[in-house]
Amino acid sequence: MGKASTLRDQLASAAVRTVNRVSRMTGRGSGTVIGGRVGMTIAPDLISTLAEGRTIILVSGTNGKTTTTSMVAAGWGGNVTTNKTGANMPAGHLAALVESRNEHVALEVDEAWLADTLKSTRPYVVVLLNLSRDQLDRANEVRHLAERWRQALALREDGKLIVVANANDPLVVYAAEVGANTVWCDVPTTWIADALSCPKCTLAISHVGNSWHCACGFAKPTTITSVLGDDLVISGKSVMLELSMPGEFNRSNAAMALTALACVRVDLDEAVRRVNAIQSVVGRFSVRRWNGHVLRLLLAKNPSGFAAMLATLRDDGSDVWVAINARVADGHDPSWLYDVPFEMLRGHRVYCFGDRRLDLATRLDYGRVDYIVVDNDDLVPTSKETISLLANYTAFHDWLARSEA
Amino acid sequence: MTTICLLYPELLGTYGDGGNGLAVTERARRRGIDVELVSAGLNDDVPDAALYLLGGGEDGPQRLATDLLRRSSFVSRVQDGAKVAAVCAGLQILGMTFCVEGDDEFEGLGLVDVVTSRGERRSVGELSTRVDGRLLVGFENHGGRTTLSGGIEALGTVVKGRGNDGKFDGYRTKNIWATYAHGPVLAMNPWFCDEILASVVGAELDPLTSAADLLYQERCRVLSS
Ligand SMILES: [Zn+2]
Repeated sequence: MGKASTLRDQLASAAVRTVNRVSRMTGRGSGTVIGGRVGMTIAPDLISTLAEGRTIILVSGTNGKTTTTSMVAAGWGGNVTTNKTGANMPAGHLAALVESRNEHVALEVDEAWLADTLKSTRPYVVVLLNLSRDQLDRANEVRHLAERWRQALALREDGKLIVVANANDPLVVYAAEVGANTVWCDVPTTWIADALSCPKCTLAISHVGNSWHCACGFAKPTTITSVLGDDLVISGKSVMLELSMPGEFNRSNAAMALTALACVRVDLDEAVRRVNAIQSVVGRFSVRRWNGHVLRLLLAKNPSGFAAMLATLRDDGSDVWVAINARVADGHDPSWLYDVPFEMLRGHRVYCFGDRRLDLATRLDYGRVDYIVVDNDDLVPTSKETISLLANYTAFHDWLARSEA
Repeated sequence: MTTICLLYPELLGTYGDGGNGLAVTERARRRGIDVELVSAGLNDDVPDAALYLLGGGEDGPQRLATDLLRRSSFVSRVQDGAKVAAVCAGLQILGMTFCVEGDDEFEGLGLVDVVTSRGERRSVGELSTRVDGRLLVGFENHGGRTTLSGGIEALGTVVKGRGNDGKFDGYRTKNIWATYAHGPVLAMNPWFCDEILASVVGAELDPLTSAADLLYQERCRVLSS
């Protein structure tokens, strides 16, 4: 168990707790990040000190990291320290590590912070889900991120780190193939638009059926540990995934969470039971009420996330609501709307909400999808059915705040 | 039948650049103009087309796209009068030289006498340009600084953002339109899309109202304030 070893560390830990409590009481924030920042200023190595002696699983990737981290924490059983609110940069990690001292820790990590977090927390397992375009106005070019992951994993000197990696995402494979202990997962991965050109040589990657390869020799790994089909098979042991949450992508997330838990020797049958029971994760997939409507809130922040979420909608012509913002946390550039296969919504009527509803309406118009721009919420006709509401990050949080359970 | 060709979307399609193909095709079809949108992949020959669309891309893919285009029929087709709408990296590729992967200078296709060096910092943010009295609105995200030789006319003068060099954005030749506003710039600026389309079909276009009109008005308002 980690313990604060110096007076300065103890002071810093106390400061994190105090600032977070004050921040929550004054309603200035969810109270996880501000305290963490204060703590890091007082004792920069505090994360390493607090991480020492604990069994840590890190989860990173463009999509699914909050859900997967939550699956790792729930599936582990018992008390698990985790950054539940999705504060996935060092300040959030520090706040979580200070808040509770459990031996088991599951942390979600922002893709750009993976290298630092591997170094500071020295995890037992790191789960690498996927990499695709997201918030490109922050210049996080996706191939560049894959390169940084690869360098971080190649630098791990102890060779003990277990990397649980998605074998169907060429950018993830490029990063994870340098790990000494890489556990490959063959999980359905439908978004390949960001890995059409080889991360090694830039030539075209051929995606054939469930496999892929490049002329330069770079190809899908052949030594697969974990396979997700109708059942999930991990090292030869088969379990039934019957998730309460919708979507093929959530099955892939669960498969990778359970593979990570198998690496820390959690009983698989027990873990699957606990993961199957998860109903929603920080509001995602939750059913809420607003103005007489019943809404199912779906978070989708980027093209691959949207494509996955659109695939969960029933093909019944029902109304769909979509809310788009372009604030700081969303990225200021909504160009990505043109990379989303909104044509899948033909046959539905789409209500456009959010600061950038006209950008959305224009995209839908060019895609020949029926749309209505909502300038006045009161004019939306009431419907009897549960409506799916897809929203990007800040729009999702707006809707979570304005609706009721 | 007029063919519009999206070039190497696998390499040059970073910022919703497919939106430009969608917009120009859709605006033609709604007027009853017979068009087809095709895309040329990495392993395909460059097909015969009246308009080619070039998008933006990361360093490695930009270099590869340039090499592939250099070896293809693209350069001679453009010299013979085929039209090109290029954004972001596409703008750099058509020029004499550009810089990728640090300060390594790389040879472009040499179709337009412009050179791109590495800018002091990345240009990321809203871009608006005045083109013949009208605003062109969009978003830029690139690391280049493009200098036009004396004979080359800029597409417009920068109102907000950086463009080529803080003063001018893009360039305009007899058959090429180029801007640093990436991705769906044609979708967001109906007048610009129609100007290109009219030139491609060689006829005046019927007026067309679409959702993009409201978006364009909103962006002009936001970017002028
Ligand atoms: Zn290759």
